[in-house]
Amino acid sequence: MARPGPLARLWAPGLALALLLVAPPFLSSFFLTLLTQAVIYAILAMSLDLVLGYTGLSSLGHAAYLGLGAYSVGILTTRHGAGFWTTLAVGVLLAVAVAAVFGLVALRATGVYFLMITLALGMVAWGLAHRWVSLTQGDNGISSVPRPAGLPFSLAGAVPYYYFALGAFVLAYLVLRTVVGSPFGRTLVGIRESESRMRTLGYHVWLHKYVGFVIAGGIGGFAGVFWAYYNGFVSPTDLELATSVETLLMVALGGRGTLVGPALGAGLIVILKNLVSVYTQRWLLILGAVYIGTIVYAPEGVVGAVRQWTTSSKGDGT
Amino acid sequence: MRGRRIASLLIAVALVGLAGLGPAEAQKGPIKVGFMAPTTGGAAQVGKDMVNGFQMWLDEHGGQIAGRKVEVIVEDTQGLPAVALTKLRKLVESDKVHVLAGLLFAHVGYALAPKVDEYKIPMLYPVVSADDLSQRKPAKWVVRTGWTSSQPNQPFGEYVAKTLGYKRVVTIANDYAFGWEQVAGFQRTFEENGGQVVQKLWPPLNTTDFAPYLSQVRKDADAVFAVMVAASALRFPKQFQDAGLKAKLPLIGGGTTFDEFVLPSLGDEALGGVTPLIYSAALDTPINKRFVNDYRTQFGKVPSYYSETCYTAARWIAEAAKAVGGDIEDREKYLAALRKVEIPDAPRGPIKLDQWGGTIQNIYVRRVEKKDNELWNTVIHTYPNVSQFWKYNPEEFLKQPVYDRNNPACKYC
Repeated sequence: MARPGPLARLWAPGLALALLLVAPPFLSSFFLTLLTQAVIYAILAMSLDLVLGYTGLSSLGHAAYLGLGAYSVGILTTRHGAGFWTTLAVGVLLAVAVAAVFGLVALRATGVYFLMITLALGMVAWGLAHRWVSLTQGDNGISSVPRPAGLPFSLAGAVPYYYFALGAFVLAYLVLRTVVGSPFGRTLVGIRESESRMRTLGYHVWLHKYVGFVIAGGIGGFAGVFWAYYNGFVSPTDLELATSVETLLMVALGGRGTLVGPALGAGLIVILKNLVSVYTQRWLLILGAVYIGTIVYAPEGVVGAVRQWTTSSKGDGT
Repeated sequence: MRGRRIASLLIAVALVGLAGLGPAEAQKGPIKVGFMAPTTGGAAQVGKDMVNGFQMWLDEHGGQIAGRKVEVIVEDTQGLPAVALTKLRKLVESDKVHVLAGLLFAHVGYALAPKVDEYKIPMLYPVVSADDLSQRKPAKWVVRTGWTSSQPNQPFGEYVAKTLGYKRVVTIANDYAFGWEQVAGFQRTFEENGGQVVQKLWPPLNTTDFAPYLSQVRKDADAVFAVMVAASALRFPKQFQDAGLKAKLPLIGGGTTFDEFVLPSLGDEALGGVTPLIYSAALDTPINKRFVNDYRTQFGKVPSYYSETCYTAARWIAEAAKAVGGDIEDREKYLAALRKVEIPDAPRGPIKLDQWGGTIQNIYVRRVEKKDNELWNTVIHTYPNVSQFWKYNPEEFLKQPVYDRNNPACKYC
């Protein structure tokens, strides 16, 4: 079978988007805030997917970029009354700049060493948030972050902010889709599959990885900007190792290297975490079972499993 | 014509009936209370003490407040601000609670305060003790019935300098706002009474290996003032002893270093530790003895200050509801009533609020002693009715920046 046409490939994300667009009137306000949270986390998970899924580098420090974006908003709005566009620009640029520095350090290594270096760098960012009290208010965090200002429309309620975050999500998805579909993105996949072969073919492997890493960082910062506005609060817990690990799990659960998968994984985890814990204190047990189930029965994640199932049922084998 | 008259009569009767029913119907509905605590994660055990204490008071009173049934909805914050925010939204928007209570950790308290103000739902903070919540950054709808971090340590600084007679003290505290505020409150009054803090060490929160810090402790000091929390508190006293310091330097510190939450897990290494807090389970009053006894029967352990403050928070909610005749739907009125509550006989003693929303209550200086093969915080001195500002003028106190790692600065280091 030939590659499915663009329409065939777009129907699933298109349907999902349509559902997300018409959902608000049917949802309780609590569920809508969960969905907003899921949409923002989906941006972060998709950005990590560029590094983890497409380039094959497991990063344990991705929460740092979320934190950079979030702290940009927290500090600029509460201290300088900055508007949305300023905070967005600063948040993303700062994340890009820091990713550019972290990338220089981390990309000297691969495999488990890369994991350890990103872990350490992530902890450095967390440590800064925790200890640079004059700037970040340390452990207490920055509260009373207002909703975005300086826009032609009001984002006061839960519904407008949901659409706002959804817009950001679609934008991030389109950008990442373009990146992974471009020759650059295909090269990243090539590097994931065989670094030595790509090098022999004359590709500048390091530079490709580096640019991918920086783009992922920038989009992570982009997610952080929306995260801070959503919570109205920024604290070092946003940069914790637990946040990085959770993002990693979102990607793994949904299916790495698929973009749609991590977004789905983000939705699943946010909803499991917040909704199941309402009904039972044993929610961690359920979450654990879901992780183990995924690793055992769907190592390629939910989307990977679905794809495998649909292609094999069509009987073309590959 | 006649039919129409009957119809209008019926409508009139129905309207009168409805009008009469309306408020009465509202009165009958249960009071919905949202209680938030970390019931999973690293602080789950503390969260359980909180929930148990809160529930215990309600159970003792037939699950009723001001003649109305009470429905408590417990939500797990996991000790994380973002989760707590989500759960707050759930409690207010889906469950439509009338009043909220709970929370552990200053950063979670700070995260929720502006949101609580936005929702205009009264919320009690029985545990969160960050100084500025009732000093420089108060929230209108947050009623803090617990304590401020520096509150017990300001009188304690004086006690250590004057009564214990130590002149040179090394402080070692978990490195976050809760630790800073306690050390600072202690340092200020200790030094004003002639003492000297000669070294300040800051192991991070959840440190479990203190060897690198203990080896730095200056041996020419008279005592060590430690502020440890949870995982750190469980391990610190033993390592302090193993490092050979206990024999040379008496161990004093913030209340959580030896609170009833950690004592059952500690051994003889804790003996002799002197700390101040708003509560001791060994408090020798009839009401506290009954409280401790009942709590032990129900939950098989000694209540901690987390249990006591949440137990008293439930009563606080009830006292205020009684004051407004059960009409807690009038939130402004209910909030005003909450701020006016005075409890003369809580297990921890008398409590009321000052005009800034800080608690005025007794501070107990306690020493860890062994009784019936158990460790208890014997009260060795009581400072009655201590204000969050201690003996200072509130206006001048508030003009200074909040206590911090380097405020007051370490002049004698």
